[in-house]
Amino acid sequence: MATCNFLPNALCSFPAISDASIREARKVIDEGFKSLVREYTGFIDTIVQPLQWFLNFLERLFTNSPWIIVLAVILTIVYLGSRSIRITIGTALGMSFIGFIGLWNDAMITLAITTVATLISIIVGIPIGILMARSDRAQASVNPVLDVMQTLPSFVYLIPVVMIFGIGKVPGLIAVVIYAVPPMIRLTNLGIRLVDKEVLEAADAFGSSPSQKLKNVQMPLALPTIMAGINQTIMMSLAMVVVASMVGVGGLGRNTLQAINNQFFTFGIMNGFALVAIAIIFDRTSQAFGKRLQKHSEVVHG
Amino acid sequence: MASHGIEIKGLYKIFGANGRQYIDAIKAGMTKTELNKNHGRVLGLKDINISMPAGGITVVMGLSGSGKSTLIRHINRLIDPTYGEVVYDGVDVCTMSENDLREFRRHKTAMVFQKFALLPHRTVIENTVYGLDIQGVPRAESFKKGQYWIERVGLSGFENHYPNQLSGGMQQRVGLARALTNDADILLMDEAYSALDPLIRVDMQTVLLDLQAELKKTVVFITHDLDEALRLGDKIAILRDGEVVQQGTGQDIVLSPADDYITAFVKEVNRGRVLQAKTVMKPFDGLTDGVRLAGNTTIEAAARAICEASLTRATVTDPTGAPVGTLDLHTIISAMVSPASSEEARIAAE
Repeated sequence: MATCNFLPNALCSFPAISDASIREARKVIDEGFKSLVREYTGFIDTIVQPLQWFLNFLERLFTNSPWIIVLAVILTIVYLGSRSIRITIGTALGMSFIGFIGLWNDAMITLAITTVATLISIIVGIPIGILMARSDRAQASVNPVLDVMQTLPSFVYLIPVVMIFGIGKVPGLIAVVIYAVPPMIRLTNLGIRLVDKEVLEAADAFGSSPSQKLKNVQMPLALPTIMAGINQTIMMSLAMVVVASMVGVGGLGRNTLQAINNQFFTFGIMNGFALVAIAIIFDRTSQAFGKRLQKHSEVVHG
Repeated sequence: MASHGIEIKGLYKIFGANGRQYIDAIKAGMTKTELNKNHGRVLGLKDINISMPAGGITVVMGLSGSGKSTLIRHINRLIDPTYGEVVYDGVDVCTMSENDLREFRRHKTAMVFQKFALLPHRTVIENTVYGLDIQGVPRAESFKKGQYWIERVGLSGFENHYPNQLSGGMQQRVGLARALTNDADILLMDEAYSALDPLIRVDMQTVLLDLQAELKKTVVFITHDLDEALRLGDKIAILRDGEVVQQGTGQDIVLSPADDYITAFVKEVNRGRVLQAKTVMKPFDGLTDGVRLAGNTTIEAAARAICEASLTRATVTDPTGAPVGTLDLHTIISAMVSPASSEEARIAAE
C-alpha cells in the first residue's frame, strides 16, 4: 500500500503473534482440555445418565404410543391450558398436517427433546433468576455470562460440548439448554425486580419473612413476566433443535439438516413448516395459559 | 386487649450513608440546608418527641416533604432510625432483633397504605386474611375473622371480587379490613384516605371513628388535611421540615396556633365544627335556664340547639349532668369568626 511507505512496519500491518506460537498454544490448550475430559469421562457420564434415561423414556413414550392416544393427550393438555376451542382445533389441524406428510415420528422426537429442554431450563433458570433479583452482585456477575451465552455462535460451544459429552442426544440437549435458558433467567429476574414496592412494603409491614414474601407476593406478581420467559425458552429450544441435530439429535432438525446438505427443497420446507406448527401450538397454548392466570387483572373498575 | 401508648423520644433520621456521624453536628445546630449542601445528606426527622396515647387517635399532620410518612414508618421500623427511641409497652422498637421485629409486626401492628397496596391476584377475602396467613392461622379460622371484618367495613357480597374490580374507596375498605383482621393493638394509617375523593373520605372517617369508639386501638393517622386531622385526632402533632412545630388537641391548635405557619393553616378551618362548648364557654353563672348541652358539643351544634329552642343561651354540663359553664350566642359567634390577629398573621406568613 502506498501510504505504508511512510510508516514503520509495526504500525502498518498488525503485529500478530507468530503462526508457530499460536499453533503451539492451540495444541497445548486442546491437548490439555482433551486429557482433562478423558480423565473425567466416567464421572461426566454418570452425571448426565439420568438425563439420557429421561430423554429416552420420553422419546420412546411419544414414538411408541399409538398416534391417536398421543394426539388425544396433546389436545387435552392444550385445551386445559388454553381453555380455547379455537386453539385446540388449530392444534388438531397442525398435528394432523404433520402426520399426513409422514413426519409424525420425527415430530415426536423433536417434541420430546423440546419438552425436556424446557423443563431443565425452568428448573435451572427460575432459581438463578430469583438469586439475581435478590442480590445486585449476583446480577452483575451473571449478566455477562448470559450475554455470552446468547451471542456466542452456537456452533462454537457445540465444540466443547461434543468434546465433553461426545456425539448424541444429551450433548444436543445441553446445547439447546445453553441457548434457551437465558430468557428464562432474565425474565424471572426482571419480573421480580418490577414488583410494586408498595405491595412489598405492605408484606413487610405485616411481618412477612423473606420466603413468605417470595411465595405470596414476588412470584405471583412476577408470574406474567416469568410466563413470557417460559414462552421464549420454548421458542428458542425449537429453533435450536435444528442446530443440535449436527451433534446427533434426531427428529425434524436432522431432516432439515439433510435437506440443506442435499438441496431437498420440498423436504426442507415440509420439516420447516412442521417445526413452525409445533412452535405456534406451544406459543398460543402457553400464552393463553399465562393470560388465564392473570384473569384478575383484566376486569378493571372504570 | 389492653392498649399501650407509643412514646417517640428524641428521634432523628438522616438519609444517606453514615448518617449517624452527623447527629452531633445537627444537635449542635447545623441546619437541614447546611447538611444537604455540605455533606449531601438529607435530614428527614429532627428531634421528634411525641407521646401517643393508648387507645386514642394521634394524627400527624404536615405537607408533603414534612417527614410524616417517614415518621410513621419508624413505628414498625420499615425505616430504621438514625438516632432515638420508639417505645411501645416498655420495649424500644428500634433495638429489636429481626425476629422480635417480625413478631412485633405480625401481632402488635397493622398498617393501611395510601395507595392501598393490595395483592392484585388475591380476592377481597384472601387479601383480608393476609396478615393471618403470615402468622400461619389456618384458613378455616382466618376466613371467619376476615368475613366478620369485611362485613364491618361494609363490603359484604364482594368477598370474591379482585381488587381491580373495586373502586378506590372500596379498595381502601379492603385495606382497612385487612388491618383490622390482624387484631393488632396499633393501627398505622399512612395517608390512608388521601387518595379518596372528598365524600368517600368523610364516609371512611366515619367508619374509622365508629370502629374506634368500640375497639379503642392506638391509632396513628397521617394526613395533610387539617380538617381530617381535627375530625379524627384525639391528639394532633404538626410536622414541618422534619420537626414538630406544635402538638396538642385540636382545640389547642385552633385556639392558640404556635406560629404563623399553623395560624395560616387554621385560618381555613370551619371553627364552628371544631371548637367545643366546654372550650369556649364562660364560667357557670348560676342560671340554669336555657338548653342543656354536653361539654363536647361543637359550637355549631350548640348554636343550632339554642336557635331551635328560640333562646339566647345554654348551660353546659359535664358527663354527670352537673352544670359547668354558660354559653351565649355572642360567645359562640365571636369564637366562630377567626380573630383579627389571625388574619394579620396570615398576611405576615405569606
